[in-house]
Amino acid sequence: MRKTVTAAALAAPALLALSGPALAQSLDQRINDTFANATGWFVSFIFSPFPGTSFPWIVAWLVVAATVFTVYFGLVQFRAFRHSISLVKGDYSDPDDAGEVSHFQALATALSGTIGLGNIAGVAVAVGIGGPGATFWMILAGLLGMASKFTECTLGVKYRNEYPDGTVSGGPMYYMTKGFAERGLPMGRVLAVLFSVFCILGALGGGNMFQANQAHAQISNVVGDYPGWITGLVFAGIVFAVIVGGLKSIASVTEKVVPFMGLLYVLAVLVILGMNADKIGWAFGQIFAGAFTGLGVAGGMVGALIQGFRRAAFSNEAGVGSAAIAHSAVRTKEPITEGFVSLLEPFIDTVVICTMTALVIIITGQLVTDPETGLYLLNEAGTAIQTVDGNSGVALTSAAFSSAFGWFSYVLALAVVLFAFSTMISWSYYGLKAWTYLFGEGRTKELVFKVIFCIFVVIGASASLGPVIDFSDAAIFAMAVVNIVALYFLMPIVKRELDSYMSRLKSGEIRKFK
Amino acid sequence: MTHKIVVGFDGSASGRAALDFAVRVARAQGGSIVIAHVLEWSPYSFLTPNEIEERHKRRKEELARARTAVLDPVVAELAESGVETSTALKYGHIAETLCKIASDEGAGQIVIGRTGHSTLSARLFGSVAGSLAQAAPVPVTIVP
Repeated sequence: MRKTVTAAALAAPALLALSGPALAQSLDQRINDTFANATGWFVSFIFSPFPGTSFPWIVAWLVVAATVFTVYFGLVQFRAFRHSISLVKGDYSDPDDAGEVSHFQALATALSGTIGLGNIAGVAVAVGIGGPGATFWMILAGLLGMASKFTECTLGVKYRNEYPDGTVSGGPMYYMTKGFAERGLPMGRVLAVLFSVFCILGALGGGNMFQANQAHAQISNVVGDYPGWITGLVFAGIVFAVIVGGLKSIASVTEKVVPFMGLLYVLAVLVILGMNADKIGWAFGQIFAGAFTGLGVAGGMVGALIQGFRRAAFSNEAGVGSAAIAHSAVRTKEPITEGFVSLLEPFIDTVVICTMTALVIIITGQLVTDPETGLYLLNEAGTAIQTVDGNSGVALTSAAFSSAFGWFSYVLALAVVLFAFSTMISWSYYGLKAWTYLFGEGRTKELVFKVIFCIFVVIGASASLGPVIDFSDAAIFAMAVVNIVALYFLMPIVKRELDSYMSRLKSGEIRKFK
Repeated sequence: MTHKIVVGFDGSASGRAALDFAVRVARAQGGSIVIAHVLEWSPYSFLTPNEIEERHKRRKEELARARTAVLDPVVAELAESGVETSTALKYGHIAETLCKIASDEGAGQIVIGRTGHSTLSARLFGSVAGSLAQAAPVPVTIVP
């Protein structure tokens, strides 16, 4: 089976030469249309606005939740920030537990699932539609999201399943069933099933198709246009080799290269910012002014706000529940320590990295302004801001970086492909956990999911960005709908853990080992 | 100075040489030895979600294997040597962990074997022997 797919992936370019570009393009088109038709209703439901406004209810849902958690836990993201860093550094880790997964490793793995296209392409989409002001709302959403992440990851560790062989399974579906039962609440099982269904869709959408789509966009941006299904087949072949064939080497190479690419990305941003140091103040001015006035962008201030919040949630996944799956495998006596560690994730992902991308796009002057009014000009369709070369998504980020370093588009292409790949591997794991929760564990059942996952890689690479990004967002936000309901009911449990831990930390019962 | 000796033992021929040397010294001084086996581990390495899920299970397996394949055979063999032996099995950076075992056990010296050729990686990242020479709290003997 594995051989067949790899062979197909290798044969793809040859096939193209035989069939000619016209036929190939129409295949892309067919996949695109079918996909858009099939998912349209779901997308419009998730993003339906409050009656009489253009404000989607889902965005309010996420922000209200993040605000509630921030207030309920007394600004835990700021109070515990330094303690979180100590935990990651291993200051509180018992040396006798060496050899178990450390807080650092859990954070790094969870981050490699979230850092990726959201930070590169998603930010470009937000700034491209919502203008620089979207960045302000993105940062705010990131800061508030830290509290959501803290809540879900604490619960994820507390209610995970531990099996006799020492492996663990955790995530929202487990705290929904076990946590609700513990509090004597009904419906836990129903929520868990719903969450699992949406998690599978999210894994196939944002965790897969969006990644494949943007990886293809980036590659064809560098090597020239060619049909998406080719990229799709190659990617699907590699993903298949890793998740079905157990080719650990590819996965572990990616895990080692991704942090390096992340550092390289941040470094490149810093260099570009350094070269344009005089414009940083102006860029922040644009971000603040745009946040409250819109500076003439599509949808004005509300448009900036919606885009900012939407892309932040998609990038850092706070409140979505995916991180609860990623963090739940850590070995710790105190579930809440994993909550503390996880709250650094939206900070690194959104507050630091997304902001950097936005600054580069703004500073390098990719967005076209009216020379007379200084307001942003819209494109012909009126759906987004005009960009210098008409770019959007990852191509916009790439153009911004290339304006400083011509060769950077190649580095970015490599980074995008690797980020996309590592995000796919992470999400295939999240999706699989939801799948096995629904259908039980077993080789054949797991194989079915993995094959479906690979098929969606091809679909994602073939479809155009619009329908893919809408469906990806919709599926991931649907996870958040269910997850946040559960978090509201279970947050008193986290509060109890937090109070107990903080008092023991203060009394010196919990002490440093270093 | 106590007559307790920590021996870094990894089951290799050079580890064996170090152990034999330590046994001779301990017998001559009427001391005891601690056979230390350290499994290289960094809490800052990167793991895939699957590796994270299986880590606890793997750790148990690794510890069991180290005990049965590396430590138990030599302990059994040394039972007749007349030298009091104990073992230490830890995860961590090898040199740092040997130092820590030495101070925890109150040992008077550390004995390790030399790996032989100076490899490129040893040049770049430093060898166990080199790090021990820099950081050990007690005298270190390197057995060729």
